[in-house]
Parts: sequence; C-alpha cells; structure tokens
Amino acid sequence: MRRPTAPLFLARAVYRKRRLRDAARLVPVLGVFLLLIPGLWAGDTPRSPTAWAQDWVYLLGVWAGLIGVAAILAPGLAASDIDTDTGADEDEKAR
Amino acid sequence: MPFNILVLSCLIYVFFLFLVAFVVERRASRGGVGFLRSPMVYTLSLSIYCTAWTFYGAVGYAARSGLEFLTIYLGPTLVFVGWWWILRKLVRIGRQQRVTSIADLISSRFGKSNLLGVVVTLIAVVASTPYIALQLQSISLSFGVFASDTPTGWALPNRDATALWVAVGLAAFTILFGTRTLDAKEQHHGIVTAIAVEAVVKLVALLAVGIFVVWGLAGGPAAMLDKIADFADPAQNPAWVLQPGRWSGLIFLSAAAVICLPRMFQVMVVECVDEGHLARASWAFPLYLFLMSLFILPIAVMGLEVMPADTNPDMLVLTLPLSQGQGGLAMLAFLGGFSSATSMVIVETIALATMLSNHVLMPLWLWARPGAALSGDLRGGVLTARRVSIVAVLALGLAYFRLSGGSAALAAIGLIAFAGMAQVLPALIGGIFWRGATKTGAVAGLVTGFVVWGYTLFLPSFGLDGVISAQVFQSGLFGLEWLRPRALFGTTDMDPLLHSIFWSLALNAGVFCAGSILSFPSPVERVQGAAFVNAFDAEAMADRLGWTHGQAEPEALLNMAQRILGQNTAISYFETQATAQGKAGFLPDLTPGFLAGLERRLAGSVGAATAHAMIAQHVGRTTVTVEDLMAVANEAAQIKEYSTQLEHQQDQLSRTARQFREVNEKLTQLSVQKDAFLSQISHELRTPMTSISAFSEILTEADLPTAKVADYGRIIHDEAARLTRLLDDLLDLSVLENGSVQLTLGLANLGQMIDRALAASSQIRPDRTFDIQRNYPSEAIFLRTDADRLVQVFINLISNARKYCDAAQPVLRIAVQQKAGRIVIDFIDNGTVISKQSQGLIFEKFARLTDHSRGGGAGGGAGLGLAICREVMANLGGTVTYLPGQKGAAFRVMLPLRLENPAV
Repeated sequence: MRRPTAPLFLARAVYRKRRLRDAARLVPVLGVFLLLIPGLWAGDTPRSPTAWAQDWVYLLGVWAGLIGVAAILAPGLAASDIDTDTGADEDEKAR
Repeated sequence: MPFNILVLSCLIYVFFLFLVAFVVERRASRGGVGFLRSPMVYTLSLSIYCTAWTFYGAVGYAARSGLEFLTIYLGPTLVFVGWWWILRKLVRIGRQQRVTSIADLISSRFGKSNLLGVVVTLIAVVASTPYIALQLQSISLSFGVFASDTPTGWALPNRDATALWVAVGLAAFTILFGTRTLDAKEQHHGIVTAIAVEAVVKLVALLAVGIFVVWGLAGGPAAMLDKIADFADPAQNPAWVLQPGRWSGLIFLSAAAVICLPRMFQVMVVECVDEGHLARASWAFPLYLFLMSLFILPIAVMGLEVMPADTNPDMLVLTLPLSQGQGGLAMLAFLGGFSSATSMVIVETIALATMLSNHVLMPLWLWARPGAALSGDLRGGVLTARRVSIVAVLALGLAYFRLSGGSAALAAIGLIAFAGMAQVLPALIGGIFWRGATKTGAVAGLVTGFVVWGYTLFLPSFGLDGVISAQVFQSGLFGLEWLRPRALFGTTDMDPLLHSIFWSLALNAGVFCAGSILSFPSPVERVQGAAFVNAFDAEAMADRLGWTHGQAEPEALLNMAQRILGQNTAISYFETQATAQGKAGFLPDLTPGFLAGLERRLAGSVGAATAHAMIAQHVGRTTVTVEDLMAVANEAAQIKEYSTQLEHQQDQLSRTARQFREVNEKLTQLSVQKDAFLSQISHELRTPMTSISAFSEILTEADLPTAKVADYGRIIHDEAARLTRLLDDLLDLSVLENGSVQLTLGLANLGQMIDRALAASSQIRPDRTFDIQRNYPSEAIFLRTDADRLVQVFINLISNARKYCDAAQPVLRIAVQQKAGRIVIDFIDNGTVISKQSQGLIFEKFARLTDHSRGGGAGGGAGLGLAICREVMANLGGTVTYLPGQKGAAFRVMLPLRLENPAV
C-alpha cells in the first residue's frame, strides 16, 4: 500500500539514512555468510590441527568485525530512528 | 580455602546484591533512576543470556566438542547486529502493547486469546524447569568442589540441602523485588540493576581466570595457540571435528532462543525503558558475549592438559585455579558462577511467574469467581498469584533437580531448553511480520512443535526406559517404524538434537502456515494483527479496535482500575484522560480511544487477555466486530449510492424545472403578446370604426350641406377602406402563418420585379425624392418563384424605407448577389440604424418602433408589414432579416434561385 504522495526521489540526507538502514539489514546476512564458511571447510578430509586453531582465530576475527561494524552503524541508526520515524514507515512500505 | 569463608563471602555478596536492589528501588520510588537505566545497564542486564551454563558449561562443552560451543554465542550475535530486522520491532510492539511476557505477546497478537497464553506458558514452564534445575545444580556442584577440598571435615552434608537453601534465598529475593509493583511497565529497577552488577562480576571472574590461564599457565597467546593445535588433532580428538550440520543448526537454534527465551524476552522487551538503548546493545551485547567466550577454549585446553583425566570438565573454571593454588581466583570464579546462576533464576522466575499468574491463575480465579472483577481487591489478588507462581516455579525446578539427580551434562539440558522455547519462534515471527497469521494456525503450530519436541528430544533425554521405553526407541510408537523418537519418518542417521530441531520446527512452521491460511481470523485478531505488523505506523492503529459505548459507567471502570493500578495512579490516569477530552473532573467519556488505552494500561499489570476480559465484563461485549464495520461500510456505500442517485435525480429535476421555467416564460410572453395583439387589434379596429360610426351618425341628421355630406362620406369611405386593408392584412397573415397559402410559381425577372415594387411604392410620401441606387446587370436574373408575393415583400421593404428614412438626402441602395444557389437582395437606406434591442422585435406583429427616430404610426401602418414579409419569405423558402453593420437601416432578403416545390 504505497502512499500516492510518496516522493519518487529523496533528498540526500534521507537517502543516506535509508542506505544506512539497508546496511544494517545486510550486516547479519554478511555475518551468516562468514560464519558458515568454517562449516563448508570441514568437509570429509580431517583438517590439520593448526588449521583448526586458525579456524578459532578466524571466527573470533569475524565476530570482532561484526561487532565493529554494528558499533559504527548503531549511532546513525538510533538517531535516524528518533528523527524521522514516519520516514521509516514509508521506507518500509515501499519495500 | 576454608569452606566457611566461602559461605561467608557468598552471604556477604548476596547481602550486597540485596542492598543494591534496595537502594535502587528506593531511588526509583523517588524518580531518580536516570543514570541507572542507561544503555550500559540495559546491555549488562541482557547478559543473563550467559547463565551458569555459559560460565561452567561452556568450558565443558568446549572440552567435549571443540569449537561448537561458539554457536551458542554466534546466534545471538547475529540477532543483535541484525537488530533492525526483528528486535527493533519486538521492542516497539512490546512498548506499544505493554506486553508483560512472551506468552502475553503471542496471546495479544492472536486476538488476546488466553488459550494461546496458556499454551506458551506451558511450553515455557516445561522448557525452563530443567534449565532452572541446571542452575541449582551448578551452584550445588560448585559448593561441592570447595567442600571436597576441605580437610577440616566441614564437608557439605547434602547437595540437596544447598540447592534448597539457594532456592529459598532466590525465592525471597525474587518475591521481595519482583512483586513490589504490579505494572510491569513500572519495571523492576532493583532487580535489573542487581543483574547488571552480577553481569560485571561474572565477566570479570571469567576474564580473570582466562588471563591467568593464558599468561600464567600457558605462557602467552602464541603458546596457547600451539597447545590448542595439539589438542585439536582429529586423530586424538575426533569429537572436536566441526560438524557442518550441527554448526549451522546450533547457530540458528541459539539465534531463535535469544528471542524466545522467557528471561531474555523479559529483560530485552519488558524491562526496556528506552528503545534507543537497543542500538547501543546491538554491538555492546555481542561484545560482552565475545569477551565471555574469548577464554573458554584456552581454559578448556589447559584444564584438559593440567587436570587428571577424571575431572568433571564442567567445573574446570573452578578446579583449575584451585589446583594451581589460586584460592582467591577460585573464589572470584565461584562468585561469577554464583552470579550467573542466581541472576538467571531470578529473571526466569519473574518471567514465568508473570506468565503463570496472568494466563493461568488469574483467569482461573476470575472464572471461579466471576464477581471478582467487579468487587474485591484485585491488586492483592494479582500479587498473591504472582508470589505463589514464583514459589511454584522454583519448587518445580528444585523437584526436577532432585528427581534427575543432577547427573546430566549441563550443555545438553541447555540445548534441550533452547529447542523447546524455539517452538514459539514461528508464531512470534509470523505474528509480527505476517498479517495472515491466525490463532488457529498459531495454536496448531505451537502444539505440534511442542509435542514433536517433547517426543523426540525432551522425553528421550531421560534416557532409555526413562519415560519412553526402549522398545519404542527401537521400533517406534505403536510399533510404527517411522515414529521412532530418534528417527522420525525414517531419518535414521541424523544427529538427535538436529533431528529434533529440524522436525519440530519444520512441522511447527508448516502447520502454523497451513492453519493460518485455511482458517479465518476473528475480528480482534485481525485488528491486533494489523497493529502488530504495522507497529511503526501511527499509534492510532491500535485505537481503531475499540470498545464502543457500552453500558459501562466511567465510575465502575475507575473502581476497577483503582484495584489494579492503585488508587492514585488510576485517578490521575482518569483525570489526565478527562482533561485530554476537555472535560473537568475525574470521569472521562468512554470513547473507544480511552477504553483501548485503559485496556493497554491494565494489560501492563495483568496481561492482555485478562485485561480484555475485565473490561468486557464492565463494558459488555460490545466490541466493534469487523462484521459490524462491514455492515456500516455497506450501509455507507448504499447511502452514498442513493445520494448519488438523488443528486442525479435532482439534476434531472432542476433541468426539467429550468425547461419548465423557460416554457413558462415563453408562454407568459406569448400571453402578453396575445394580450398586446388583442388590445392592438381592437385599437386598430376601433379607431376607424369610431370615426365611421361618428360620421355616419352625423349623416343621419338632416339638413347637412351637400359639401359636408360628400366630405363625411369620403371620410367614412377612407376609414372603411383602411379597415378593410387591415382585415386583409390580418387575413393574409393568418393564411401565411398557417402555411395554407397557394403559391403560383413561375419564372420572373428580378429587375422587373424590383421595378414593379418601386413603381408601386412611389406613392408613399411622394413629396420626398429618393435616390435609388441599383446595379442593373446583377439584377438580370430569372427566378422561379411566386413573383406577386415576392414583389409584395419588396414593396413593403421599399415603402418602409420611404416612410421612415430620416436622412436629409435619402438614399436607397438595392444590391443583388448570388450565393450558392441563392439570391441575396439587400435594401439599404441611409437613415437611422435600428437599435439592437429593437432588431428582434421589428418582425413581430403590430411591432412599431416607439423611438422617435423611426417614429411609428406616422405612416399609419398597422405594424403588420414586416410580419407578413417574414411569413411570405418563409413560404418562399427564404428569409428576410435585418442586416446590421450598414450605415443605415438595411434588410436582407434571401431566397432560392429555383423554388421546386411550394413550401408547405
């Protein structure tokens, strides 16, 4: 149910906010992708013990990376959520 | 380390927690909790996800299965960094609908159905009881670790006694701080702060042990990595090989659990004071989990290396420092574990007690005593119900602990509980994202999932012949092979946990979707569904459902609200609402908006279903159903259609009326014209008659001189002739108008006709000399027409010019031209132009211009000339019109060159 008055193009600031939300939505997708990789490696052939320890380091690295990205995005998201709540609706309706 | 010091420090720690909670509650009652409810406290309170299972069990888990323990923290990490998807909406809905528990959320979403509340409560209790037992077990185990170390014989006599005392203490704490206030939206500030403190303690404790292990025992991170690599040799340690299926399945399971676990829901949604805190928690909580699990693998590896082979890996966090003579560190670790266990039990108990009292005890009580909603002190009743529930939940946990003997590995129970609560996930996610989800689907899905989970995971966890007999394990329920608990539908080779998660959630979601698609939601469900799915739309959405004006008196509602919300709160709420409606006093009008708001407020105390039922008892079941709305909409549509019809008819009517008016005007005009005609004709007839009768009367008298007689006779004759002429004209006109004139058609030369007309009219005012301008060549045309009639028209026009042209040097121009088979003859003089308004009149009967310039009557005409001309021309198939725009009066005669058939 798209509002007939919804603008087709957006001002720069609003546009950036929406892309920020897109980024926020994509973070878990990226996380799932990166976290499932060790499962794909596992395969049938047993991995060497060194590689196993490296898996652990890799997972910790991905984890830290996700936390970092979330920390970078969070302030902007919190601000946009408070400022333009109705904008968020339109954004979601348009989807 | 002496055991009594341990007990003493434990008691001091508990006293400290009581103090923190007490101080915070005191401050909260004075309204000064600002800094205590910061995003940091919110994030720390979320750490109840890390229970004793994390604190002790994760090390054991890592020691048994390697990296797999990470899945339990990676799932929540994904959910939190992806907070924009689900958590944000959950928190918003929780605040909008004043949700008190996850059971309340589900029940509220699906039409405030208490059945669903009961189902979810049941699942939560069944899934959480072992989990609570697990916490009690971990505490008593950790006490046991220290007790076995005691040389003085101060040995712990009975593990069960420890668990009992811990349970009693926890019940006291929970009742004291968990049931102080009733409205969940007033929130448990004291408890949340105490949990935050505990979160810090357990983090610090685990980090301290970890740092000691890595730098104190292993000799640095690099050495640690080498040791880990040594242990991970698949040949030695096949269990540590990562299993892709379990890896992804457990990430999913823990992600589902972090949303659905009652205690997580409690701190994440119910205790959330500010949605903005979620943004901070989106990275801070994963960071907390990261730090919690950072050292788990090193501790496990070092523990396996250092400790004897028969050590319980679940207690490595305690036994490792103890074995190294680090009594203080072990003490800290003990307090960390103690914190993890107690905080989890407290919050879980509050969450379960809220569900139990709101969805089971209160409805039962209201059902048993229908009058209770109308009288009696509900506030006390609800609080009692909650306290009873707290004791009941803890008693259940304790009973489970005693019955199970506390032997099972910690991690196994945790995962079973996760899988149980995950059954709520389809209904929850479907409920907040899919408007089509219905109560029927949700109940069917939940029950299916719960039954499958119980049959394939929970009951088998009691072991062969525990609850399910070995025979059923072997050959399936009722001897049906495809119903074996560990191999449903013949999936024999699946990992048991994965098998259960897969089948229970798949069947659950499938039945939920199918049930939703096939059933039709009740009106309340549909309204609630819209309010939940469109939670980010204006809050007004929620007000659309409503209570219409029922029989309720505002006073009765105020009475009820007082008993639930407390006197002052209720009165000030009613007063605010009344003011908002622009009314003085305490009793607002029962608008649907007010009732919806009141219901949500009550729901914050007693749950949505109960609040709905209580208001219903007062207002009567006069909710607006969707059927009502449809009926109203239909009526509105009909009315609209009808009014459109009316409008249409009105248009028609007004059109007709306008036509009538026009006709009426015409008739009036005609009547006026007729009157004028009659008066005119009588006047015209009377004038000559008067003179005739007067003179003839004189003649009857004798002795008149002959000259006089002749004179009078001539006058009489003239007047009689004039009378005859007038009557002839009238007769002529009426003949022409009736169209019954006989035309004698023949060929005639136009020039000759004009000559005739000029000659005939030369007698009119013979004193004036007219300059006649003609173009003879153009007049050399033969016409087929009635020559006599046409000449009559010409005579009339020329006579008029002669009579009325007032120019000093009168000129009459006669112009002839041919246009498309028609002849056009213009008679143009140089006299005064006939004014515009008179132009339409001159062709009417008896119309004689009254303006002085063309002073009528001077020639004594009856005013029938032009009228006759018009009729003649009409009979000849042509027209005579006034030709404006000439420098004088001008008439244009137009007629066909050949008149084939006499016009009739």
